[in-house]
Amino acid sequence: MAIRSQSFQRFRKRITAFNVAAALFTVFFVIFFVFPLYWQVATSLKTRENTLRIPPQLIPNPVNLDRYVWVFKNTGFPLNVRNSLITAGLTTITCVLISTLASYALARLKLRGSRAIMMSVLICSMLPAVAIVGPLYLTFRRFHLLNSFTGLIISYTAFFLPFTMWFLTSFFKTIPPGLEEAAAVDGCSPCQTLFRIIIPISMPAIFTVGMMVFIFSWNEFLFAFTFTSIDSVRTYPVGLVMFQGQWEVPWAELCAASTIVVIPIIILVLAAQRFIIRGLTAGAVKE
Amino acid sequence: MFSRTEALNRIKQQGLSQRQLGYILVTPALLLVGFVSVYPFLTTIWYSLHKIRLNLPAEGRPFVGLQNYVTLFQSGRFRHSLLITSLFSSAWVAVEFVFGLCIALVLNRRFRGRALVRASVLVPWAMALVITALLWQWMFNPVFGLLNAILMALKVIKEPINWLGTTAFSAYLSVLVVDVWRNTPFVALILLAGLQGIPGTLYEAARIDGASRVGCFVHITMPQLKHAILVALLFRSIDAFRSFDLLYVLTQGGPGRSTEIASLFAYKTLFQYLDFGKGSAATVIMALVTTALSIVYVTSLSSKD
Repeated sequence: MAIRSQSFQRFRKRITAFNVAAALFTVFFVIFFVFPLYWQVATSLKTRENTLRIPPQLIPNPVNLDRYVWVFKNTGFPLNVRNSLITAGLTTITCVLISTLASYALARLKLRGSRAIMMSVLICSMLPAVAIVGPLYLTFRRFHLLNSFTGLIISYTAFFLPFTMWFLTSFFKTIPPGLEEAAAVDGCSPCQTLFRIIIPISMPAIFTVGMMVFIFSWNEFLFAFTFTSIDSVRTYPVGLVMFQGQWEVPWAELCAASTIVVIPIIILVLAAQRFIIRGLTAGAVKE
Repeated sequence: MFSRTEALNRIKQQGLSQRQLGYILVTPALLLVGFVSVYPFLTTIWYSLHKIRLNLPAEGRPFVGLQNYVTLFQSGRFRHSLLITSLFSSAWVAVEFVFGLCIALVLNRRFRGRALVRASVLVPWAMALVITALLWQWMFNPVFGLLNAILMALKVIKEPINWLGTTAFSAYLSVLVVDVWRNTPFVALILLAGLQGIPGTLYEAARIDGASRVGCFVHITMPQLKHAILVALLFRSIDAFRSFDLLYVLTQGGPGRSTEIASLFAYKTLFQYLDFGKGSAATVIMALVTTALSIVYVTSLSSKD
C-alpha cells in the first residue's frame, strides 16, 4: 500500500513538473506572437520625441493621437485603404460565386475528367507568383488593365480560385445525395437544386471560403505592387511601402497606418476564429 | 405523381443536359485560371528561350535556345540566390516544424484559457507580410529598436547590433526569427487539426498496456500524425521556396546580396533590369522545384494509406 501511494505521489509530481514546463512554454509563445502587435500600437500612440527615445518607452506616456492625424492629413493612405476594400470586397464576391458554381459541377454533375481538372488546378496554384507576374504584366498592359481595379480583381480571383474550388468541392461531396434526389422528385432542375438546397446548407463553408479570400486579397502585395503605379488604385500594402520614400523612415506614422488596417482584420479573424481555422487546416486531415 | 424509380429515371435521362450544365458552370473558373496562371506560365517558358530586353526594343526578340539558362548557371549571383533559397527554406521549415509541434501538443491539452491562447496564435497570420516586415524592421532598428534595448538591459550584448545591416549571419538570424514568427502558427494549427483527429481510445488502450508518455508519443501520436506532418512540411516548403513579400520589404536582399533569395533575384531581373529572357528563365527554374514538391503532395493525396 505504502509503495503504491509513493509511486502515485511521484507520478503526480512528474505531471506537475510537466505542467509547469508546458505553462511556461505557453506564456513564452503567447508573448512572442502578440508582443509585436502591442509594440506597433504602443509606438503609434507616442509623441514624436518619445518614439525616438533611448532606451525606448515601454508604455506610451503621454498617449497621443497626432500620428493618426498626420496619416489622415498628409498621405494617400485613406485612399489606399478604400482601394483595398473595393478590391478585396469585389474579389471575394466574384471568387465565391465562380467557385461555388464550378465546385458544384465538379462534385455533383458527372463531368468527364473532373479529377484531372482538380489536380491540374492544384498544381497551378503552387506556381511561384513571380513566375507568372512578368507575362501577366505585359498582357495587362496590352489590354489596358494596369492601374485598374478590374486587373487586380481578375488576377486575385484566378489566383485564389484553386483554394476555394478545392475547399468547396470537398465540402459538396460530403452532402448526402438523398437531398438532391428528393429535390429532383419534387421537380427541381439541377440549377434550382443548387440555389435552393445546396447553397443554403453550405453557408458555413461558403462563409469560410469568403473570409479566407477576403484576407488573402486584403494582404496581397506582389501583384498590387507590379500592376499599379498611381495612388488612386494603389492598395494599402503598396501605399505603406511607398511611405518610406522622402526623408528618414517615419516609424511612428508607419505604425499608426498599420494599426488602422491591422486592428479591424484581427478583430474579424478572432470573431470568425472557428471558420478561419477550418479554412487554414483544410487538407490536414484526410477524409 | 412520380414513383421513386420513375424520378430516378428522369434524373438519368437528364444525364446529358446535366453534363452540359456542368461544363457551363466550370468554364468561367477554368478560363480565369487559364488566363492568369497557365497562359502566363507557358509564356514565361517561351520568353526564357528568347533574348528579350524591354529597354532595348530595337534588338527584337531573337530565339537563343537555352542560352539564358547557361548564363544563369554561370553567374555566381544566381547560384548564390538558389543556394540561399534552399538553405532558408529548410532552416525555416525545420524550426517552424519543431516549434509548431510543441505548440500543437500544448493546445491539444485541455486547460483554462485555451481558446484565448489559440486566438493569440492567429495574430501573426492575420497581418499583411508587408506590415510584418516593416514592424520587425522597426524592432530590429539599430538605434531606436526594442530588441537591442532588451538585449542590452539583459547584458547579453554590450553595444547595439545592426541586425539587418552588418553581417550576413545576423541578417540570416533576423530573417529566420521573422519567418518563424509569421509562419509557425500555420504549422501549429495544421498539426493541431491532425492531433484532434487521433481517436482517444488508442491512448486509453496504450495506458492499460502500461505505455509511458514518451512511448505513446513515439508509437501513437507520430504515426497517426503522418498525413498532417506531410501536408505541413510540403505546404511550408513550397511557400518558403517561392516567398517574396517578406524579404522584399525586410532586407531587399541585403546586406550586400546575402539575403537575395531566388524570387528577389528574378523580380529584379524582370522589373529593374527589364531582362525578361533571363528573368523568366530564373522563374522557370523556381517553378520546377515547386511543381516537383506539389506533385509529391498530389500523389500523397491519391495514395491509400
